[in-house]
Amino acid sequence: MSERSLGKDLLGLESLTAEQITLILDTAEPFKEVSERPIKKVPTLRGKTIVNLFFEASTRTRISFEFAEKRLSADTVNVAALGSSVQKGETLVDTARNLEAMRIDMVVIRHPSSGAAQFLAERIRSNVVNAGDGTHEHPTQALLDLLTLRDKFGRIAGLKVCICGDVLHSRVARSNIWGLLKLGAEVAVCGPPSLMPLGIEELGVTVFRRIEDAIQWADVLNVLRLQLERMHAGFIPSLREYYRVFGVTVERLERAPKDLVILHPGPMNRGVEIDSRVADGPHSVILHQVTNGVAVRMAVLYLLAGGRPELAEAAKGKGEVAE
Amino acid sequence: MTGIRVLSNLASGMTVAHKRNSLLDARGFQRVLKRLAKEIADFFKSTAAEMEGPERPRLVLIGIQRRGVELAERLARLVEPMLGEPVATGALDITLYRDDLETIGPRPVVGETRIPESLDGKCVVIVDDVLYTGRTVRAALDELADFGRPARIGLCVLIDRGGRELPIQADIVGKRVKAKRGDRVDVLLNEVDGRDAVELVSGRAA
Repeated sequence: MSERSLGKDLLGLESLTAEQITLILDTAEPFKEVSERPIKKVPTLRGKTIVNLFFEASTRTRISFEFAEKRLSADTVNVAALGSSVQKGETLVDTARNLEAMRIDMVVIRHPSSGAAQFLAERIRSNVVNAGDGTHEHPTQALLDLLTLRDKFGRIAGLKVCICGDVLHSRVARSNIWGLLKLGAEVAVCGPPSLMPLGIEELGVTVFRRIEDAIQWADVLNVLRLQLERMHAGFIPSLREYYRVFGVTVERLERAPKDLVILHPGPMNRGVEIDSRVADGPHSVILHQVTNGVAVRMAVLYLLAGGRPELAEAAKGKGEVAE
Repeated sequence: MTGIRVLSNLASGMTVAHKRNSLLDARGFQRVLKRLAKEIADFFKSTAAEMEGPERPRLVLIGIQRRGVELAERLARLVEPMLGEPVATGALDITLYRDDLETIGPRPVVGETRIPESLDGKCVVIVDDVLYTGRTVRAALDELADFGRPARIGLCVLIDRGGRELPIQADIVGKRVKAKRGDRVDVLLNEVDGRDAVELVSGRAA
């Protein structure tokens, strides 16, 4: 796969090269400016139809994708599992094939099952963007985290990033680990053993058992949400106990040798994994992440829509000359 | 992506055997720039004279990425003493307004778009290095419309090489050249390429 293209789909960061990740981040830069214009719209994807297929609750990601699509002038349709034929028992593939029969160009999918995005991508012609599949990957979230860190530090290589909390259930953690490692960052994870996947060290990350140790080591904390909806067994004694032992608090950050940058993919459980004073404090870049989310998603849609190398090759063969 | 390839060829000294004819050397280049500046000043004065109202309109030069941006900067410095007032400059990248995303694939990186102020009521002159099919200018006009409603928009190009595919003509032209479809016109700039020159490379681009 050429480094200047992403291919047909964006399913995860595990399958991308460092060059492809950097291409997305570089492409996102000019898209930031589009959202600052008096008319926040460019005609790039005019005539393209994009379906946002959300089988799981989402506010930020869905709205962010929708803004990205609309600012590129694509036509969008939102399908939520609730209130659609999915409730009547239609399978994922049937839903997608029916949509494709209506001549759509792209599908953005959020699904509770790991691997759902790839399953779909292998069965339909449209471009597929993974907006979170089970506990597998959430590539655009990791990309916007990377873009935010690059804005803040000017680089990713050499940064020490600790991902804190519920790593077991987190697709954000997995995508971040792949992306950060590929771009040369040092990565650690920190959380209770019950929320740590077995063998996580094999990915090449350090494991901290105490949040204090993580804070001593890191330049950046990416604080994950405690995914209470996925916890059907007793993973933690209580939310108060979790906050007491693993909460990212002002008092703990004050003991750090340097100022840390705090990321959180949202939605936050204030007073559980993160102190409100930290979330709203000077070290938090949480809202910057949200702003960057739109730019990163515009870049991904743009690259996938035009990423047809065979056509680019054909155009070159015509002897086209740059004007 | 063709553009990128052409640039890298220039950097490596272009070893491919193509006939390369000089259209403008450094001195000719300077002479043409001075004339363009004079014509931009005249264009602005005639626009201002025709406009009614107490407010004098202002001149804004908008360069098209990539070499149009440097040309606009240079022309602004030449026009300023002629008008006795500062001239604003901006940059426009038309990649997102192209009509051929599907066929050429996305440009790897989109350049900067920088519009210095609201364009409402301004006298805008678009500056580009080479006018060819007219599609770039068509895209630039669409994009400018999203930044406001200028009183007048003019077009200034260093080289008009013919071969238009749209009904678009320049108001101010540095030099007209007859170039065939497979030919390439290279505009070299001191800021980017280390020297000022315009060259015609004949035959199919490699």
